[in-house]
Amino acid sequence: MTAVAERAPAPAYLRHDKPLWRRVLLRTDTALLVVLIAVILWATVSVPFFAQPFTYSTVLLAMAPILLMVPPVTLIVVTGEIDLSVGSVLGVSSAIFGLLVQHGLPLALAAIVSVLAGSLIGALNGLLVTVLGVPSLAVTIGTLALFRGVAVGLLGTTAITSFPGDAATWLRANIGNLAVPRIILVVVVVAVLFGVVLHATTAGRGIFAIGLSSETALFSGVAVNRTKLLLFVASGTVAALTGVLFTLLYSNAIGTNGIGLELQVVTAIVLGGVSIWGGRGTLFGAIVGALLIGVLSKALQLLNVGSDVIGVITGGALILSVVVASVAGFVSRRRRTAAVVQPSGGP
Amino acid sequence: MTVTRTPEPALSPAQVSARPSLLETVLRAREITLVVLILLLVAVTTARHHDFLFSSDGWRELLRQPAILILIGVGEAMVIITRNIDVSVGSILGLTTYFAGWLFHNVAGIPIVVVVACAVLMGALLGLFNGVLVAFLNVPSLVITLGTLYAYRGIAVLWIGGDFIRSSWLPANFKHLGTAAVFSIPVLLLAVLVVVLLVGWFMTSRRSGRDLYAVGSNPEAAVLYGLRTRPVVLLTFVASGALAGLAGIVYLAIYATGDSHVGSGYELQAVAAAVVGGVAIVGGSGTIWGVALGAFFLATISSALPVLGIPSLWQQAVVGIFIVLAITLDRVLAIRRTRAAIAQRRLG
Repeated sequence: MTAVAERAPAPAYLRHDKPLWRRVLLRTDTALLVVLIAVILWATVSVPFFAQPFTYSTVLLAMAPILLMVPPVTLIVVTGEIDLSVGSVLGVSSAIFGLLVQHGLPLALAAIVSVLAGSLIGALNGLLVTVLGVPSLAVTIGTLALFRGVAVGLLGTTAITSFPGDAATWLRANIGNLAVPRIILVVVVVAVLFGVVLHATTAGRGIFAIGLSSETALFSGVAVNRTKLLLFVASGTVAALTGVLFTLLYSNAIGTNGIGLELQVVTAIVLGGVSIWGGRGTLFGAIVGALLIGVLSKALQLLNVGSDVIGVITGGALILSVVVASVAGFVSRRRRTAAVVQPSGGP
Repeated sequence: MTVTRTPEPALSPAQVSARPSLLETVLRAREITLVVLILLLVAVTTARHHDFLFSSDGWRELLRQPAILILIGVGEAMVIITRNIDVSVGSILGLTTYFAGWLFHNVAGIPIVVVVACAVLMGALLGLFNGVLVAFLNVPSLVITLGTLYAYRGIAVLWIGGDFIRSSWLPANFKHLGTAAVFSIPVLLLAVLVVVLLVGWFMTSRRSGRDLYAVGSNPEAAVLYGLRTRPVVLLTFVASGALAGLAGIVYLAIYATGDSHVGSGYELQAVAAAVVGGVAIVGGSGTIWGVALGAFFLATISSALPVLGIPSLWQQAVVGIFIVLAITLDRVLAIRRTRAAIAQRRLG
């Protein structure tokens, strides 16, 4: 956009009527980042034991599974679809991985098989959405129930805990002197990968176009169905990868691994300013949203409010964020209508 | 969300009735399919284990178990028919169950009717909160009710902590409700059936009931037609909450206990009951009778699986398969119907 603006005298519609600082600062994700920094500052000052490297690394460790699953699901939400099955895919992949390792398969092979199982589930979701045209909300609520059931059914009430301990130690160890566990490296790779696809490629523009109007995107030459299918496969794959890492991290494969995580993933994304109707949002915002939930939970936990409040906080934050967005949208629409009726100064 | 619009060509009723095959007719009348499935399931299970049906306990459990799911399924169906979704029903149920137990414990000699009314009112208020946010802020209902799913559960955990309802809190005549029967049919089921009949009558025969279908099948058209859609949406969320509150009472009467986690996961089963019962997830179609049968079917599966030798651990997977099958079947039938109608129009 700006490149075009520099090359030639910009047409009127490309000239921004607001100064740069307003365009950068008055955005949902910038506002959220400010909130995140404010919360961290508040916690550093007034929460005992918060400002310690150990706390930072525990927060990141606890949030790693959610941070991993946020990027692919964000892309799906931007197309206007949703994937509620990621928590269950995590569970199934954890169960398969545990069983395979228990039966003596090498770790790497077991991991590959589990991740592929996740890709297959993602493909099932994607095919039901694209070929049959069933709303993704319905499809993934169905597969959420189905694959949680498979995970619980596979492992029963048993837990598999015989994983090589050095994997967990390696994943938990900090990178150099930073208070950042190594598993975050995987998060960064996944986030950068999906971030580049969404914000810096033609395919990413296509994803936004699908979210704004599926039909317009189709007529503009975007392969709507193929894009959606690929995104669901990607989401299943990443969720399964998260399942393998989750199992190694906690040296524990049980049927209930990752239960309810889909809700936290969606909460983080919506909190991060990604429109649930599709077509709007940034991956950066979604990740900041996830971090905000993690930091708030940790601070409250250290204040001994107990883990009980976290549900209220998460739910309250989610509702508040959509209410604020809705009211802001209403106000800006009112203002725009007023400007059209009474043009004041502007071009 | 993709509460999608894949706009299918508008068809007049005459074009739609393009002589469907017998199999298609049966599959489309979801009620018939479900009745057959339920009868089959009960017959096969009873053949394996006679006590499943022919013992007073078995008979009672068979008829009593589905009561909770029928109530929340019917509420969920009303919401889905208006093209919304309510995933907070499990949390509402949990809160009202404890609230009812707490009332019995802390208000000596409180009449049962008052407790029931209080629980229903509490459910309605919690539903009202959902409804106001959805109807007046234009926020997708999935997001709002996901939020309240967390929030209501969090309030329950904060309030209840590690406490739980003891059987001794409840008056004897309330506990008797759980096992009472008229002509060997549990009173609880009869009460639930009355509610189903009332809601079903409202949805099929009352103008304000038909408004729900109008809003769900095409919101824009409903507005152009002059319907005030906001009160309709608001009403459905209040109804869904109130029914979840009533389900909380039924839960308390059946189990006579409950902690802060009562009803977790019921939201999925409620959606499953509605979808299996023939309510299209895109709104605008489905019957209350179908949903009641769908809920009965799912609850019966849960109690039949262990008897059939399938570990109860696989129960959720089976329920999941039925949800996926039901939505796939709905969609395939819809596509076939559209194709048949288009072919018909080309011909004539």
